[in-house]
Amino acid sequence: MDYPNITISATPHVRSKDSTQSIMRDVIIALMPATIVGVYRFGIKALLLIIISIASAVIAEAVYQKITKQKVTISDLSAVVTGLLLAMNIPSSAPWWLPMVGSAFAIIFAKQLFGGIGQNFINPALAGRAFLLCSYPTLMTAWVAPGPDAISVATPLAILKEGNPETLSSLPSLLDAAMGNIGGCIGETCAIALIIGGLYLIAKGIISWRIPVVYLATVFVLSLLLPREGSNAVYDAVYELMIGGVMLGAFFMATDYASSPITPKGQIIMGLGCGIITVLIRVYGGYPEGVSYSILIMNLCVPLIDRFTKPTIFGALPKAKEAKKA
Amino acid sequence: MQTLTFKRGVHPPDGKALTKDAPIKVILPKEDSELFFPMSQHIGAPCEPIVAVGDYVKVGQKIAEAKGFVSSPIFSSISGTVTDIRPMLTPGGAMSPSIVIKNDGKMEKYEGLAPKDYTKMTNEEIIAAIKEGGIVGLGGAGFPTQVKLAPPPGTKIDHILVNAAECEPYLTCDYRLMLEQGEKLVKGLQIVQKLFPDAKAVIGIEDNKPDAIAHLSELCKDVPNMEVAALKAKFPQGSEKHLIKAVTGREVPSGALPAAVGCIVDNVDTIISIYNAIAEGMPLVRRIFTVTGGAAANPGNYEIRIGMTIKDLMDQIGGFKADPAKLIAGGPMMGPTMYTLDAATVKTSSALICFTAEEAFIPEESNCIRCGKCVEHCPMGLMPFMLNRLILQKNDDGFVKEHGMDCIECGSCSYICPAKRQLAQSIRAQKKIEGARRAAAAAAAKAAAK
Repeated sequence: MDYPNITISATPHVRSKDSTQSIMRDVIIALMPATIVGVYRFGIKALLLIIISIASAVIAEAVYQKITKQKVTISDLSAVVTGLLLAMNIPSSAPWWLPMVGSAFAIIFAKQLFGGIGQNFINPALAGRAFLLCSYPTLMTAWVAPGPDAISVATPLAILKEGNPETLSSLPSLLDAAMGNIGGCIGETCAIALIIGGLYLIAKGIISWRIPVVYLATVFVLSLLLPREGSNAVYDAVYELMIGGVMLGAFFMATDYASSPITPKGQIIMGLGCGIITVLIRVYGGYPEGVSYSILIMNLCVPLIDRFTKPTIFGALPKAKEAKKA
Repeated sequence: MQTLTFKRGVHPPDGKALTKDAPIKVILPKEDSELFFPMSQHIGAPCEPIVAVGDYVKVGQKIAEAKGFVSSPIFSSISGTVTDIRPMLTPGGAMSPSIVIKNDGKMEKYEGLAPKDYTKMTNEEIIAAIKEGGIVGLGGAGFPTQVKLAPPPGTKIDHILVNAAECEPYLTCDYRLMLEQGEKLVKGLQIVQKLFPDAKAVIGIEDNKPDAIAHLSELCKDVPNMEVAALKAKFPQGSEKHLIKAVTGREVPSGALPAAVGCIVDNVDTIISIYNAIAEGMPLVRRIFTVTGGAAANPGNYEIRIGMTIKDLMDQIGGFKADPAKLIAGGPMMGPTMYTLDAATVKTSSALICFTAEEAFIPEESNCIRCGKCVEHCPMGLMPFMLNRLILQKNDDGFVKEHGMDCIECGSCSYICPAKRQLAQSIRAQKKIEGARRAAAAAAAKAAAK
């Protein structure tokens, strides 16, 4: 051998700059506008909950991997994303241990037990949220109005669900809803901030436009067809997009790589399914909000969707010929 | 001019700036050096030597005869004495029995070579002359050109495409040839056109080489039925199937050859070598070779004699300026790595890329995160992440069912993968296993039939 340090390796010898870590970092950057608005609206308490949630997720992942003698992969930042997303999905009134429990459940039961990153069949943060919602329903729905005083308040969705003419008049304005000046989870209230983050992800090529755009469009159209209140159907349909967790869900939860379809057609089906289930739960369901469950239900359909929407290969033979060949 | 392209693919940094402005420089083998002529320099049956140890041979003299229909003869690129016939390493990593010739430095030309006027030749004579020129596909595959140019009777060929995409990063040998020997390319193409009078000739060039597009457009503007097509710079535009797709819109069916959609595709240097063999009477004895990469002392484009060792070439052009950490024979997307410079250049050698440790860095593999980038970028419309999973599960049938055998091994999936998985390599290995399984099954069936 002429040169002792020569490497023999498989092609290709050049690699793109993107890494799992850089992708997760971009997701965190994209969540920053909504995080900042959440902290601004709900105060330092919200910030503490976010920090606790992220720390618990990262620690849970590291401890689990240590115990099971796996390589610790917290540096890929995926646990940070899960922790941050979970914190955005709880109300600011939650006790400090609630995000701890939720994050640990998300990481250990939804992610690690199924093989870690890329192997979870449902969105870990949403699984954590669903677990908290059924275990601590009162704590998870103790909404407070934005501001330092933590006055309890109903979310616009709850008001709409109740459909009481007296309370309906107290619905926040569309502008307040878009700017996040309403009750709700820490990270879900400000639609504008979430849209900015979502557009960043699409522009960077981290996510495709398909799931969020189809999801939101489906919610919009179905809300037009199934109007709940008010006289202006278009206004109400836009309003439905600005409230609840639909923006957070469409851009950040339904697009989770491991639990959403890989094929372009499959992503459209995913968006469509999430949109339909969300509106059906909102209008006819027992819960005021259907985003979490719509995404979790669609997560379960992903393997099937991927199987039936495979791309056509280059130079594909006609079906009959293909069958003959096989 | 409209820019043509295909679906999907990747955009690796092109690295061509290192050598694109370096004119082709002739490097002759050192006097008294040994040159090696492996018997297997092409796809098909290996050649058989027709010279013996002690024979004196001259430049352009045939030293090995093609054996079989798919094969191509080999010619001495220097004058000198045959000293041995022994196995020698080729840049691709194979050991092949080789004729060893000691260069006497006189470069005496073989007397039997004479220029011919192709306009006075019949098609059969042209095909024979191409075979006797030792011409094979110089883009890398090495398929004997005379076989390609004589498709089965009844095949209608309406397009002759010149693959001038040079989509591999770093390589600039075809680009320099187009700029410096564009006239030969056009004339060579006219020779091929004589074989297919109804076919349109199209030279496909990526739009990151605007001067080559302009130069060749100018050269062929008065040539009937010949034109230049600008292609979007994207890897793997130089894949035969994707060149056809971009230029004609046709898809070569899975498992078929370009002739199935009326196309014949040849590389730039292949066409120029056809010109050299017929109009100048010199068979294939030289090749344009790019030496580049951060560790090369003098990156550039060199005209070398086929058979000279890479060590001889590197000694003459100043070797390395930094310790090379990786030596790539060919482009960085598809070229194999080498562990020594003691390898003989062959007809299909196109480049030596010398990477520094920094350039050669291999990131660590991690779990697939199912981001779908490999699916989004696979030029064949495959799902590499799924093929990789099926391979890890040892699901051979699943691999075939998911069209694993259609993979062209371009490496786009591995390039784009953020988890840095060796997707292409796993698929390449599985294709070999499947190929061996099929060969064994065919042999068993044949044995049973007897």
